[in-house]
Amino acid sequence: MALLEIRDLNVRFATNDGEVKAVNGINLDVEPGDSLGIVGESGSGKSQLSFALMGLLAKNGRASGSVKFDGQEILNAAPKVLNKIRAEKIAMIFQDPMTSLNPYMRVADQMAEVLTLHKGMSKRDAVAESVRMLDAVKIPDAQGRIRLYPHEFSGGMRQRVMIAMALLCRPQLLIADEPTTALDVTVQAQIMQLLAELQREFGMAMILITHDLGVIAGSAERVAVMYGGRIRESAPVGPIFADPTHPYTQGLLATIPRVDQEGDELSAIPGSPPNMNHPPAGCAFEPRCPYRLARCAGEDPVLDLFDADRARACFATVADVRARRETVILSADEPAAAEAVEEAPEGDLPVEIIAGAGMAGTDSEVKQ
Amino acid sequence: MTKPLLDVKDLRVTFHIRRDGDMPWALPRQLRAVGGVDFALKPGETLGIVGESGSGKSTLARALIGLAPATGRAEWIDGADLIGMTPRQMLKYRADIQMVFQDPLASLNPRMTVGQIIAEPLTTHHPGLKRDEVKTRVKEMMEKVGLLPNQINRYPHEFSGGQCQRIGIARALIVEPKLIICDEPVSALDVSIQAQVINLLIKLQKELGLALIFIAHDLAVVKHISDRVLVMYLGKVMEIASSDDLYANPQHPYTQALLSAVPIPDPVLEAEKSVVPLVGDLPSPMNPPSGCVFRTRCPRAQSACAEQVPALMGEGHQVACHFPGPLTEAEIAAVAAREARPVPA
Repeated sequence: MALLEIRDLNVRFATNDGEVKAVNGINLDVEPGDSLGIVGESGSGKSQLSFALMGLLAKNGRASGSVKFDGQEILNAAPKVLNKIRAEKIAMIFQDPMTSLNPYMRVADQMAEVLTLHKGMSKRDAVAESVRMLDAVKIPDAQGRIRLYPHEFSGGMRQRVMIAMALLCRPQLLIADEPTTALDVTVQAQIMQLLAELQREFGMAMILITHDLGVIAGSAERVAVMYGGRIRESAPVGPIFADPTHPYTQGLLATIPRVDQEGDELSAIPGSPPNMNHPPAGCAFEPRCPYRLARCAGEDPVLDLFDADRARACFATVADVRARRETVILSADEPAAAEAVEEAPEGDLPVEIIAGAGMAGTDSEVKQ
Repeated sequence: MTKPLLDVKDLRVTFHIRRDGDMPWALPRQLRAVGGVDFALKPGETLGIVGESGSGKSTLARALIGLAPATGRAEWIDGADLIGMTPRQMLKYRADIQMVFQDPLASLNPRMTVGQIIAEPLTTHHPGLKRDEVKTRVKEMMEKVGLLPNQINRYPHEFSGGQCQRIGIARALIVEPKLIICDEPVSALDVSIQAQVINLLIKLQKELGLALIFIAHDLAVVKHISDRVLVMYLGKVMEIASSDDLYANPQHPYTQALLSAVPIPDPVLEAEKSVVPLVGDLPSPMNPPSGCVFRTRCPRAQSACAEQVPALMGEGHQVACHFPGPLTEAEIAAVAAREARPVPA
């Protein structure tokens, strides 16, 4: 049985501007010890997905569907149930360590609080354990530094404190939401290496949420690519980078400038990400997609297995997308070239068959 | 040899800081943000400046256009020294040197329409222009940067981040400058938008023959756009070289560490590459290390490094290091071993 089972997860926000469909019909499994990467641009719903798991949605947010952790339903569970699970079983680290630590409390007090609350330890034992954990995240002079306030640490050290705090109760799952985005590359390399080491030593599963495909390449085993609130492609990390089968994944990989490659012009994805207040009726990527077909505008493709462990949500055939990748280099600032793609043969993709139930989300969007 | 567009010699920026609790008669502490930078920029060239946060790269840029107090010399192509000019003297050169800022929305006045924003430099530097002339030039410029001319009466908040950055670029270009200083112009943008803005900058630069100073912390972006790259650390230049040379053949241990830390979006290559670990954090610029500023984190530091400040040496490919050259596997392994520490069970 999977450690974490997400089935048909939807997140909606009620705003003055109407309902925002931030996350739609997500199905994901995380096995014990697994590391799953979730990639997406801002507004793709990747952070709201993790907030929904942890019961941290804003007041106007509603999550529906099912999230089972170790067989227990945790989505919209009572705070009492969630408090037991948070920190003890599932821990989370956030992007900005300064705003996620309490500026008024010494690190020793904030860290010990976790252990006294969850493990019923005495304050003295809790502080001693906290020092051991700060040592584990390689903070020099942990014994002395634990008496400091968060602002007395540098950005990288603060993120280490956050990680140490998250690991205090030895969780089975760690959710890292853009853990290195606010840090310099050299510090980022240190933190990512540390996370990998700790994950191995503690044998925990990790969900790594980021916009940086480079970070994903180095640290995830499986990758889910999100766009417009849905997973568009999911596969083990190798195939995602070597053989992307979704137009968005392909475009994204081509737009990244790389230090290990030459080349003058970057291939850009034309247009901009969808406004989730008024999402397109069909596939959210349709306005920017070089492969778009007639049906893409009105119908949102569902995530569908096309290989043993690879799934994609796209009406264009895998063969088409692969063929184009080899021949055509998308040109920047040019409207998406649609002529290369003919109508996809019907029935090539069995759209009805979905793992779990994803249709509900699709349907409601079409109606709107 | 062509005369450089901008010739910077020994540029220094020092901030005087008073801390809470200092006695009123105590001398303010000195924070040396930029400590003696030399470089020359040819017309039409792109110089990339990279470094970690706190390395002084933004302060350097701000000093060049008089937004930070500087000493030293920055000679413009006509022989004038940009450092220490009065604002009135500077005005003439501001038309030649424009800037694009990091946060696209925050650098646009929310109460002005796009048309007003783009027109402002033009009416400041060419007060004699007629109103409809200004309007045509604004519309032309909007088209050039990929905005629709009929959006001229909209406000910045109606645009996305990428479009706001296009507005910022249009505002910089409208006075036909010779040099644009871009301070992290794409760091606030999504990857898919980032590529659009970079391509736009490259295209416009080719069309208009601009020189660019491109500041970024993302080494991949800098490599892509720059002819030459300058690596900064704690206010000092570590290495300057042509872009191809610097990335293929970095000589300074810091450059090598910085390059090895950049994640490569390819799982196979990412697993194979060897990372030069940098121990610890950037030292405080209030209290920089003696000698070479990088020695506290350098895998190759020796006693000589603490005593003498290394000078920037070499022709073309310049390095400020007593012991330049590629790090060996053994040196990398030695640092990695120092870094590793047992984890409690």
